[in-house]
Amino acid sequence: MAQIIENSSGKGDGKRKAKKHSTAIDMTPMVDLMCLLITFFMLTTAFSKPKVMEIVLPEKEPDTSKAIAPPVDKSRAVTVILGDNDIVYYYEGLAKADSLPSLIKTDFSKDGIRKFLLKRNKPLFDQILEYKEKIKKGELVLPKDSVSSELKKLRNADKVGPIVLIKASENIKYKNFVDIIDEMAITNIARYAVVDLNPLELKMLEAAPK
Amino acid sequence: MSKIKIHNKSPHIDMTPMVDLFALLLTFFMLTTTFRPQEPAIIDTPASISEKQAPDKGILNLSIDKLGKVYFNLDNGPDTTTKFRAKVLEKMGEQYKIKFTPKQIETFSKLAAFGMPIQYVGKWIDQKDPAGRDKLQKLLQDEKIDGIPTDSVDNQLAWWIYFTRQIDRNIQVGIKADMETDYKVVKKILDILQDKKVNKFNLTTNLEKVEVKVEN
Repeated sequence: MAQIIENSSGKGDGKRKAKKHSTAIDMTPMVDLMCLLITFFMLTTAFSKPKVMEIVLPEKEPDTSKAIAPPVDKSRAVTVILGDNDIVYYYEGLAKADSLPSLIKTDFSKDGIRKFLLKRNKPLFDQILEYKEKIKKGELVLPKDSVSSELKKLRNADKVGPIVLIKASENIKYKNFVDIIDEMAITNIARYAVVDLNPLELKMLEAAPK
Repeated sequence: MSKIKIHNKSPHIDMTPMVDLFALLLTFFMLTTTFRPQEPAIIDTPASISEKQAPDKGILNLSIDKLGKVYFNLDNGPDTTTKFRAKVLEKMGEQYKIKFTPKQIETFSKLAAFGMPIQYVGKWIDQKDPAGRDKLQKLLQDEKIDGIPTDSVDNQLAWWIYFTRQIDRNIQVGIKADMETDYKVVKKILDILQDKKVNKFNLTTNLEKVEVKVEN
């Protein structure tokens, strides 16, 4: 379909002129092909690599009778229990058979569990925030790798923040689990662990507000 | 009276700028593309603030769909000569007394995620094209024998993990589960992994920004 625009003038005077071919090439097929290829690449491309959240679970003791829960300071202990229907319960301190603490009901919203954890973890949270602010402003210049290791140091040095024990009840969804781990990351909790519910807490769950 | 001339010339548009633009776009896409891996099931991952990128080599991926079916995927290791997939399949064949032909093993090392008992893997490999494999996967789904068996009677997942860890001890474990998957199922998989001494997991999530303000 290459177009040739003929020069029709100057026919009558008998001179033989060299035919002028126009250089215009029909690019339609080329455009078609390119369109196809672009569509193909656009559809098969995965732009953002998947992100991952890292968790480390405590090593399992093969013999359950030998497993001893590490001692947790009573004043720092916070237990978060994930209940059905996106409900989150928590209580401070440790549960004893003779004086069961009552569960406080909350949820995954901004003013839910996050508010409570932030309040408890304020010293460390502020420290980390200040540190990040400094880097942002350029007061502290560090290579990217050492930033995370510095943050780790800050976390390890934390002596007052809560120790959060995360316990999941029977019928929760995977989403709830990821959400609570995420809350730990958001509120910069230095120490947390995923553990199983004990019989006392099962009792407390029954009495908890629905 | 002058007549209005009717142009019977074909309308001609200069396509050069358009071609230029397309060529640019095409080059861009060709250079930046990383092909999206084929997924055995649709999995809608939960969101988190984590910005850590998933490693693309040396990772054992377990996908868990809404119904709790487990799909297994493994890459071939840091370079093409290591062929981890082939080695793991050979070991699995030995364990379950299933003979895989060299051709099947070779083909398997080029494939991606699968979710079926080992007894069907041979058939899965023999399918000529991805569509055939999808079809087989669907067929098994209809017969309710899809997913890698994880029950204590025949815990094939544990064996897959065991052999993978034997061949590559530094392998990382990624778990990609659906938001709506029961935690019980995920917990069971985590337990199986912990029995095989894997204590560190990468949970695939979508990035979601969160603004946190502290009230004084």
